Amino acid sequence: VCFITGGLDCSISFVSHVLGKVCIHGRQKEILSILVPRLTDLTKSDCIWQRICWRLVECVPDRCMEAVVLGFVQRAPGADVLSRLLGNLVVKNKKAQFVVTQKMLLLQYGHSTMVLQNLLGYLALDSLRRALLIKVLKDLLETWGSSSAVKHSPPEQQQYISQAILICLSHLKEHEIESSRQELLTSMMEGVKCHLDSNLPQIRRLGMIVAESISSKINTDGPVLKFQYEDDEAARELKSLLVQTPPSHVVPSLPDEDRNEKADEAGPVVLESNKKSHTAAPVKPDEELDAELDSDDDLIPYDMSEDKELKTKAPVYIRDCIEVLTGSEDVDKWEATVKALESLVRKNPAATREVSVELAKILLHLEEKTCIEGFVELRQRAQVAVLTTDPIPVAKYLTSQFYSLNYSLRQRVDILDVLVLAAQELSCPKSHGKTKHSGAEKPCIQLLPGSDSSKDWRKIVDERIKSKTRRFAMGQSQVERASGPNEFNSVAGHFFFPLIQHFDRPLTTFDLLGEDHFVLGRLVHALAVLMYLAVNTVAVTAMGKALLEFVWALRFHSDSYVRQGLLSCISSVLLSVPAERLLEDITAELLETQSWLGDVVEKDPDGECRRLALQNLLLMENLKKKLKTIPS
Amino acid sequence: MALPPPDPQFVLRGTGAAVHTLHFSCGSQEPAVPVLFSGSENGVIHVWNLETRRVDTALDGHGRKSVYCVRTMGGKARLLSQGRDQRICLWDLAEGRTAVTDSICTENVGFCRCSLVKVAQGRWLLAMAAKALQEVQVLELPSKTSVCTLKPEAGAKLGMPMCLKLWQPHCGSQPLLLAGYEDGSVVLWNLSTGKALSQLVCHQEPVMSLDFDSEKAKGISGSSEKVLSIWSLNEQQNLQVYKTHQLVNAGIADVTIRPDKKILATAGWDHRIRIFGWKKLKPLAVLDYHTTTVHCLAFSDHTHPAERLLAAGSKDHRISVWSIYTQT
Repeated sequence: VCFITGGLDCSISFVSHVLGKVCIHGRQKEILSILVPRLTDLTKSDCIWQRICWRLVECVPDRCMEAVVLGFVQRAPGADVLSRLLGNLVVKNKKAQFVVTQKMLLLQYGHSTMVLQNLLGYLALDSLRRALLIKVLKDLLETWGSSSAVKHSPPEQQQYISQAILICLSHLKEHEIESSRQELLTSMMEGVKCHLDSNLPQIRRLGMIVAESISSKINTDGPVLKFQYEDDEAARELKSLLVQTPPSHVVPSLPDEDRNEKADEAGPVVLESNKKSHTAAPVKPDEELDAELDSDDDLIPYDMSEDKELKTKAPVYIRDCIEVLTGSEDVDKWEATVKALESLVRKNPAATREVSVELAKILLHLEEKTCIEGFVELRQRAQVAVLTTDPIPVAKYLTSQFYSLNYSLRQRVDILDVLVLAAQELSCPKSHGKTKHSGAEKPCIQLLPGSDSSKDWRKIVDERIKSKTRRFAMGQSQVERASGPNEFNSVAGHFFFPLIQHFDRPLTTFDLLGEDHFVLGRLVHALAVLMYLAVNTVAVTAMGKALLEFVWALRFHSDSYVRQGLLSCISSVLLSVPAERLLEDITAELLETQSWLGDVVEKDPDGECRRLALQNLLLMENLKKKLKTIPS
Repeated sequence: MALPPPDPQFVLRGTGAAVHTLHFSCGSQEPAVPVLFSGSENGVIHVWNLETRRVDTALDGHGRKSVYCVRTMGGKARLLSQGRDQRICLWDLAEGRTAVTDSICTENVGFCRCSLVKVAQGRWLLAMAAKALQEVQVLELPSKTSVCTLKPEAGAKLGMPMCLKLWQPHCGSQPLLLAGYEDGSVVLWNLSTGKALSQLVCHQEPVMSLDFDSEKAKGISGSSEKVLSIWSLNEQQNLQVYKTHQLVNAGIADVTIRPDKKILATAGWDHRIRIFGWKKLKPLAVLDYHTTTVHCLAFSDHTHPAERLLAAGSKDHRISVWSIYTQT
């Protein structure tokens, strides 16, 4: 498309109409890919061409405005270019304003970070448009801070909004921050509350990063908000948006140098010294003094090889351990006991069985008396050891305590973790000798690449289930597995059914269906793992049936973490219960579940849930196919 | 092939409480008995006869409160004891008497052992922690008049004085005081002006004990951490760190240099007594006898070198007496 050059009084509106028509028919890419670079060059220094360009876009008919503006914003190589091309269109044209400030930011979320940078940079460049920038920031913050948005919008959209907020913040000038300081503070406080309440770690992290950034902008002097979260590529990338790079180096997708993070670590402890004090400058002993007759040589040292570090000995008997843990004032001994407990329990199974419930009780209530490294890990390992040594009574105790009054959330979640870890240990055949203990592994949710082939479903579901469990010991890398009877068989029911029993009965301090949805989420995931580990046990069908009913009762829960857990439960049921049993005993529940899954795939806002539901449907299909091929 | 460390020559039992302080008096020429004074946590001062190795006398003057410092004033007839009842008592023990002749009310509830130095015939200077938190008071004995009060300057957060050492550099010159404080620093005070001459931060933790060799102008301090710090005093009266030594286990309760300045001994919280050569701090021996922390040490003042002894008092109620490196 050639352009009319040199003509002074040509009517631009015809061209605008053409442009509009083309764009609205969906041909933005073709026309704008030629138009925009041409215009960029022409408007670079020529004012007239700039005005022509502005007239061009202003005259685009309203119904096509959206398509045109969208196209321009997406194509422009930089905010300043966009500014040259569009001019003050957003101020003059209502539709354009709507598209730029509302639609692209709040209603759509598929645009890349580049586009966001261009858009918001464009708004920031002109004083007339800056008012829009402030308004946009306020709208974004309102959305960011609304608890229903946090609960129901997909994580991708929340990420998009957070990015937009950070870029806006980076453009704000001092006086603008001053005037809206109070509002920023209020919205930050509300927003951070909703975000931290969420069960999904990535939402929590988004909230933390945005809150930190806002706080650093409004409190330039004085203490700023600082959270602790996993600082990886994604986080750094997000934070890099807060700092504007000069337009010539616009490549915001590469992570910047970490400037905001790495809060200044407290330097080496500086000793307070008086004016009069002299810093410790060691005076080297003079060489001449050494030449003197050294009477020290007359003194022959004795044997000092026995001089070692003083260590307190840990008790050798289980009952002694109990005594130390419950009553002893001697903190060294207490520490030594905590460290030695797990191995003692494993070496003395008979002695442990005598006092197992008591020991479990002590461990559940054990608080950190002194600062031991890895205390939580030590306690958990000891609990798992006790549970695996004497499963039935201890499981009975733990599951009853899960639903009792006056336990902290941490303790209830501990119970779940311990049950899952012990179930895992019991259901795996024992490798010869000790389990390998590596250092503590951070709980992390692995993002696996999606795969279409149905053979990988099982592996992916496995991984997903395993990754949802907080594990402190590294998985065993078993080279050869000795086969032995499945110890989980006899106790699976004891682990599983009591946990499911009372979930709808609220207590004064613990309401699974109400506020404590975090624990509900963990419970659901734990049940999924227990179900999965119960493969090949006798109780598996009954468990499956109970679990599907449980899922059915909770299927409309508002928290996406809980829903993900419910879908994992279904996967576990489909994988663990033998196909024949599924068809014969659990048919009704299966059909109901299938219809619900279809619903989830179409309508659930959370992408993870939709994916899991799809996997489950595919699993069901596979099962059907498998059953058809078996000659009946 | 190094020899295994020696066993104690003998062990004194019978104090019935943790031993906090020891002092020998064996130097007298008369056919008098060598004696060891020990102060315990039950407030009793035992006078041990080192030939029979039994208690000769028990002095109860501090009302069942722990005695944490005993010193003789020129011979074993005059004894000074400091207890947790906030009193310093002066005893007259000549000819079998056991009377408290005088007492000084210190009004201090700390643990800082006092320090005595003889300045002239019949005149002594006594330094002790005073009533106010960071202050040290110096009195003249027997008149009990105050010579000066040493106050750190305002804003210096030294904490309690933990240990004191008074000495006179040469005969007739002004005595100086070294004080170790709770914040880990050692301060050198001039008594005539009442001002600090030098301050050195030796440790991160409180200075538990210190000792000073006035001939070599070198001192050593021990703390609750794993480091022994050796510092020196130069001609300008400035303290400088000379050397540090890392220990295996943390915590030193007492450190003493033998009067002949050849060796020094440290009493550790790890139940062990360590012997070092003083010249270069060469580790010489680790004496492992006690079963709990060793609180105090004392070297004897025997005139005959071969008879010299080292005594250690511990929380396990025992006093171990060692004969070590007596040949030099």
